[in-house]
Amino acid sequence: MNAISNKLLGGKQGAIGLALLAVLVFVVLPIGVDIFRLNLVGKYLTYAFVAVSLVLLWGNGGILSLGQGIFFGLGGYGMAMFLKLEASDPISTKIQTTPGIPDFMDWNQITSLPWFWEPFKSLPLTIIAILVIPALFAYIIGFAMFKRRVGGVYFAIITQAIALILSILIVGQQGYTGGVNGITDLRTMLGWDIRTDSAKYILYYVNGGLLFACILLSRYILSSKLGMLLLAMRDKEERVRFSGYDVSNFKIFIFCVSAMISAIGGAMFILQVGFMSPSLVGIVPSIEMVIFAAVGGRMSLIGAVYGTLLVNYGKTVFSETYPELWLFLMGGLFIAVVMFFPNGLAGVYEKYAKKFKFLRKFSEVTPSKATEIAKKNDATPANDIKEIGAKA
Amino acid sequence: MFGYSMGDIGNIMVMQGFSGLSMFTVLLLMALGLAIIFGQMGVINMAHGEFMTIGAYTTVMLSKFAVQYNIVNYYFIFAIILAFVIAFAFGYFIEFIMIRHLYKRPLDTLLATWGLSLVMQQTFRSCFGAKEVSAELPEWLLGSFKPTPDIDIPINGVFVMGLALIVTAGVYIFMYRSRWGLRVRATVQNRVMAGAVGINTKKVDRVTFALGCGIAGIAGAAFTTIASTGPTTGTLYIVDSFMVVVFGGAASIMGTIASAFGIAQAQSILQFFMTSSMGKVSTLLVIVAILMVKPEGLFASKLRK
Repeated sequence: MNAISNKLLGGKQGAIGLALLAVLVFVVLPIGVDIFRLNLVGKYLTYAFVAVSLVLLWGNGGILSLGQGIFFGLGGYGMAMFLKLEASDPISTKIQTTPGIPDFMDWNQITSLPWFWEPFKSLPLTIIAILVIPALFAYIIGFAMFKRRVGGVYFAIITQAIALILSILIVGQQGYTGGVNGITDLRTMLGWDIRTDSAKYILYYVNGGLLFACILLSRYILSSKLGMLLLAMRDKEERVRFSGYDVSNFKIFIFCVSAMISAIGGAMFILQVGFMSPSLVGIVPSIEMVIFAAVGGRMSLIGAVYGTLLVNYGKTVFSETYPELWLFLMGGLFIAVVMFFPNGLAGVYEKYAKKFKFLRKFSEVTPSKATEIAKKNDATPANDIKEIGAKA
Repeated sequence: MFGYSMGDIGNIMVMQGFSGLSMFTVLLLMALGLAIIFGQMGVINMAHGEFMTIGAYTTVMLSKFAVQYNIVNYYFIFAIILAFVIAFAFGYFIEFIMIRHLYKRPLDTLLATWGLSLVMQQTFRSCFGAKEVSAELPEWLLGSFKPTPDIDIPINGVFVMGLALIVTAGVYIFMYRSRWGLRVRATVQNRVMAGAVGINTKKVDRVTFALGCGIAGIAGAAFTTIASTGPTTGTLYIVDSFMVVVFGGAASIMGTIASAFGIAQAQSILQFFMTSSMGKVSTLLVIVAILMVKPEGLFASKLRK
């Protein structure tokens, strides 16, 4: 029991970090801000799902995917399709030429529901689709790429191209997807109005709960042997391969998990924001989500959440007052984080927390420690192999 | 010339093929710069499109100047040179302050240059306005010539083709027939040994990066003859150019030419038969599918890694 809780919470330090974040998300923010702002925070927290998934994939696995928007979008569109079908029952759409299909289909002279919309009539099937389709998609991409040992920058470029393809496809197929306007006018879920204040509070808490569940799951993965292997693969892929592991399977697995986590974020986004648009699928949001993770610290699950909140808060504040300044700041942030703080907020925290003895306990295992270990291992390669071999 | 061989398929195909050729030239010039930076140095420059935009704005500014002094007919050659020089100088500067610190972390270069591209886009927007601007073209670039009454080939397209051919030849000579190119290739193949035989590898890196950016500047100058320039013009081409480079095989000039031609023509011709978005989607899908089967690209140089 103790061992499991240690694995989930990451020991005492991790538990305290997690508790602090929980207090912020579940107590401080709901009390401190009004429901409109809280709904915004909820929206940011759905991006945090993607940031967490990138910590798994990029920070620990060394695989940079510039296409996490694909999975966020797949999850989002899945949920949006379900809500849209519910919103377009035959009674409320009786003025259409074909009642009972979403309004944008009617505008585009489509007379019957396309087959791939059919499963989204039922909620259980929708939830399964939200989880399975992104994972399946990730599996296909991952299988094709990692089995052929395509990695690094090539993987980044190709996932980026896939994100572009998907967003062009969604915009182009207006009749099936709502086109550039996206899927709008979503009101109820199983008859429950999601636009009321009480629903917004409930969804905020559900969202927060799911985010914590994803963080715990990620932490469990990272603290297991698989997590060790991921780190090892990131730093010395060949050595892991020579130790007898099939590197590509681990990569595919972690890519699928990250796709699922992103998709949950996408689905929760729809429930809280009430629309889906292709602008959330393309290249720009996918790269922005990488910067959320980078600002928070690419190795720190909790840091990723803080990073997401901080960058989005900055974006909201600046784009309200000085819209032209925001791009400068965002660009500057990219450059500064990469060049001067590669470990993000968590790295800075780690560095300065050491000065205060009482804070030291709180600090997480951040890359500085991990790289130290890696360096040590570099110095004694024989040990390294023995260690991994012993674990096998 | 390609138009002629397609003549028997029909005049529409010729025109469509020719519009593909204009796209081919811009893609080729963009991809040549990228092929040097990415193929030789392994650096992902997401701001490459913005270097192209620098070249385009340089040309537009110079054309305004030329209109004032009534030298519209002669300025364009200088515009190309100036576009190259400015983009080269800026690339040199960026390599010095940013890229050289990140050579060991290619994925981070990608993010940092993306940040750079955001900053540059906003700078363009602040300096030149959000509206698209176009250059005043000299008279000899306007109009079209008609080999047959039904076929209309714009002269600016032909000019840009010629420019692309000259630049490609120049890059080839630089990379494979000059001392500089020898140093660049030596550094790529074995940095430590290259340093040991007295090549200043850091300087080689800087010049290589700057050269790639300079060629993007020329692409920008060529771009002004076929379309108007806005702050985000560069981003439209960046994914396509990366696909060209990866598809062609990163370090091969022949591959870059072939894949730029293939991608541009496929998009242009498919866009005629399907909608424009579906044409682009199917082209990109085919490329991604081929890359999954053959990740090293079409014309990969066989290197032992």
